[in-house]
Parts: sequence; C-alpha cells; structure tokens
Amino acid sequence: MRLTDLTIRETHELLITKKISSVELTQATLQRAHEIDPQIKSYVTITDDLALEQARQADERIAKGENVTPLTGIPFAMKDCISTRGVRTTCSSKILEEYIPQYNATVTNKLADAGAVLIGKTNMDEFGMGSSCENSAFFNTHNPWDLDHVPGGSSGGSAAAMSASLCSFSLGEDTGGSVRMPAGFCNVTGIKPTYGRVSRYGLISLVSSFDCIGPMTRDVYDCATVLETIAGHDEHDSTTFNSPVPQYNQNLNKSIKGMTIGIPKEYFVSGMEAGVESSIQEAIRTYEKLGMTVREISLPNTKYALPVYYLLLFAEASSNLARMDGTRFGLSVSENAKDVIDIYLQTRHEGFGDEVKRRIMLGAYALSAGYYDAYYLKAQKVRTLLRRDFELALSSVDILLAPTCPTTAFKLGEKTNDPLEMYLSDIYVVATNPAGVPALALPCGFSNSMPVGMQLIGKHLDEQTLFQVGHAYQQETDWHKQLPNL
Amino acid sequence: MTQKIDTDMVKHVARLVRLGISEEEAQKFSGQFSSIIGYFNMLNEVNTEMVPPASDITNNTNVLREDVAKPSMSREEFLKNAPQSERGYVKVPTVLSDE
Repeated sequence: MRLTDLTIRETHELLITKKISSVELTQATLQRAHEIDPQIKSYVTITDDLALEQARQADERIAKGENVTPLTGIPFAMKDCISTRGVRTTCSSKILEEYIPQYNATVTNKLADAGAVLIGKTNMDEFGMGSSCENSAFFNTHNPWDLDHVPGGSSGGSAAAMSASLCSFSLGEDTGGSVRMPAGFCNVTGIKPTYGRVSRYGLISLVSSFDCIGPMTRDVYDCATVLETIAGHDEHDSTTFNSPVPQYNQNLNKSIKGMTIGIPKEYFVSGMEAGVESSIQEAIRTYEKLGMTVREISLPNTKYALPVYYLLLFAEASSNLARMDGTRFGLSVSENAKDVIDIYLQTRHEGFGDEVKRRIMLGAYALSAGYYDAYYLKAQKVRTLLRRDFELALSSVDILLAPTCPTTAFKLGEKTNDPLEMYLSDIYVVATNPAGVPALALPCGFSNSMPVGMQLIGKHLDEQTLFQVGHAYQQETDWHKQLPNL
Repeated sequence: MTQKIDTDMVKHVARLVRLGISEEEAQKFSGQFSSIIGYFNMLNEVNTEMVPPASDITNNTNVLREDVAKPSMSREEFLKNAPQSERGYVKVPTVLSDE
C-alpha cells in the first residue's frame, strides 16, 4: 500500500503517532505526481517549493502538539479557479494563463490555517464550462481508469488527481455537477454542499447563484472532515449562512434504520447504460438491507432542469466574464488598438475558447431586448418550480438517490463536435444547483470496467444526513476502495 | 420562437459581449446556436402564469454590516497585474469614441 492511497484519517494517525512526517508524505506525493501525472495530466501547476515549506511547518506544529487539526500535514490539490496568492490561477484559460492572484480565496486561507499542504492546481474545463475537461485551453486530462476516456468535468483534474492518488484530497467546484459527475467517472467521493455553506470569496465566478466549492476524497468520512474545515460564514461572501457548522463525523455512525429514501422516477428513463442502472438498483437493495424504506417519488419538472440550468448559466456567465477585458489583469492584446473597445474585442477573441464564446454570446442573447422574457425570466420562473419539486419530495422522504450520469466515462473526442450532446451528459446533476440543495456523490459499482457513481440529494443545510447515509453504504461496500492500476 | 439565429444576430451578440468574431466563426456559431436555442424552447410548454421568478435561494434578506474602513490591497500590489499603468493608474487607450 502506498502512502498516497491512504485516507486522510489513516494518514493523520500516522502523522500524529510520528510514524511518518509530513515532509516524507509530501515528498512521496510530489514524486508520484511527477512520475504518474505526465500520463494523466491532472495538474496545471505543481507547487513543489510551497508544498515542502507548508509540510515543514506542519511537522513543527505536530512536534509541538500545537494547533494540530485532522488536515495538518495532509497534501491536497485544488481546482484552478480558486485563488491562491502568489500561485498562478488560470481557470485553464489562455486569458488567465499568467495571472497570479494577489490574495487568497477564503477556502485557501482556511486550509492553510488548518495546516494542509498544497501540492498543486488542477486542470478543468475553461472557466468550468464543460463536462469532460476537454475544454481546457491547455491539455486534456485522462481518466485514470482508462486513459482513452475523459475524467468528466468540469473539475476533471481534481477528480483524476484524487483517483490516481496524486493527493490525499482535492477541492473541486460544482456549478451544475462539476464535482459529482467527475467523481462518478473517476471512482471518488465528492460533495456539492448547500449553496451558501462554503464561501465563494476568491473563487473565480462562473454562475454566482449556483457555484459551490466542494471536497473530493477517498471516502465519506474524509469528505465530512474537509467540508467541516472549509464551511462557514464569511464576511466577504454575504450569501454564506450564519448557522454553525456541525461536527459531521461525530454522528456519522448513527443508524439509518427506518429512514426513507426516495427514488425520483424521472431519473430512470430510457438511454441509461444497463450497467449503470443495475449498479444503482444494487445500491438501492443495499439500503433496503440496511433497514431503509424505499419509495418512488416524482420530480415532475426534471426534464426542464437542463434548459433552465444552461440559460441561467449563459446569462450569469456572460456578465461575470465581462471582467476579463485585458485592461486590469490577465492577457491583453492591444496591437493597433484605436480605443479601449479594440482591446476588449481582440483580447477576448484570442483569450477565450469556443465554448466560452458560445456561452457568453448565448447569455447576451437570452438577456437582450425582445428575448429577456422568453428566456431569462422564463427560466427563473421554472427554476422556482424545480426548487418546489425538491421541497415537496424531501418533505415526504429523508433523502433522494439517483445516478450521477446516464453512462460511465465516455471516450476523449466522442462528444466534442456537438455542444448540445455534451450538455445532455449533465442531465442528472444540474437540477440541484438552481434549487441550492446539497448532493453527495459516491462510487457504487463498475460497468464495462469503468466506475459508476450515484448521488444522494438532501434538504438545505442537511449535509449531516447525506454523510450518515453515505457512510452507512461505505461500511457495507468497498467500491470506494477500488483504485486504478497505474 | 423557432427563429433561426443568423450570422447577423451572432455578430450583434458578439458585439454586445465585446468579442471579436470572424465571418467563419459567425457561420459556425449560427448553426450551433439555432440547435441549442431550439432545444431550450421546450420551456414554452411550462405554465408559469402564477409562478414568481426565483431570485435568491438562501432566503437571506438585507445582509448588512458596519460601514468601517479597513486596510485593503495597496495600489502597487493591485497594479502588479495591470498590463499597462502610469502614475498609479491603469492605462488604456481612448475610452470615448464614436460608438
């Protein structure tokens, strides 16, 4: 067993009993990253020097026994849309290729305060726009389970790095499935928390009303540990909740007997890969054996989730990305510019990839005179209905269970020529974000040798139940312990 | 609402988002936009007559804080990332033009 295959909990035990040092662990992780990542390409930037410095500081904390947290000395990877002072933060876009933030995101500060060790920044679809990581302006990331397949997106680098044991945990960001879908494709555990549970300060915004930073880990216990560290109120983000963050792991072993699980019938329609469906059915039977009641429920507006999600994304992204204008930071193309408008036009033409261009133009279209009512306003109204669907369903059951994707990881290049086809792979993960509810993705089997993911969806701010129900499953199964052969 | 999004419309929205665009790109995007927007038109089936638009999903209202001055990033630090600056300001070419 390699050190980098261990859970955070196991690694923490080795660190505090001084069987290993954080410097040793960090060196092992960096060495593996340099050896293995040229095949996977999960990292955009590896921060060797910073990591070793943070590891030395962690070892000092452990030696003195001061301020030792469950994450002290633990190596992690972070999606490249989360700001790191002094470390370039690219969003995998040419327009930010050389951008070095002057400040940290709140989650970056919280993890640094906890003593975690940053190994590097991970590849993603440009600005989070994509479902396969193929929209990165730099390179494709490969699925560690089969290098010809995509890792999913947009947090594909974070999922692949976790799956390939190139870090002990990673942070992704989920705007419409970007943590859960790649977690499912790469056989890792990941959560999209309730909107507002984790501060977005310093996260480069895609859709300000959907974006949620969330951890990707080896198991549910670790996921709860990391979420507890990064969650909470932040004066820099007025959408964060003031309510206290529970100590999730204290109640992880509470019995789930007698709880009710809802199966949304709209998620089980034709087009689902047979091996995905049978894995999900098997997971449902596992929960029945554990004493849960299973009931079919309805989320009647499910088929409208995709157009609602994408229309609102286009609109918010077109305004969020207005700041990428070549005048204050990032790429600037100013050759022969007559006026400032020319700088905008040239910089954005050269700096943005096609998917970003498509989405900001469609956003302007959906918001423009004559189309606003038909698209943007209509989507916000149907969003209300999506939210009511979840509220109603979750008033009669404790939790919902659904697949994270109708298929396992598809092949590189398979969907790149048809943007709409690519959007459709998000069909099971997009509805939660317009509604704000939390969802936990878990490995639940294999289909044609590729991992299958399921998600548990819960009530607002009830991550505790998600973790409890997810943990119970991982006590009964060992899908999450399966690692790719690398 | 089954209108085709022609290249003039593509160029119009590109202008709105300050994005330079070639004739070739306008052609390519025109076809893609028509199929994407065509798919989105399924929202017309939903009756939303009595449904209010969503605005905030956290149920937070009027989040206020004391208006207290605090230290922030220095001007020098901020300007480190600016492509061009002069005497403590970001420098750009003419802002006011015919447009």
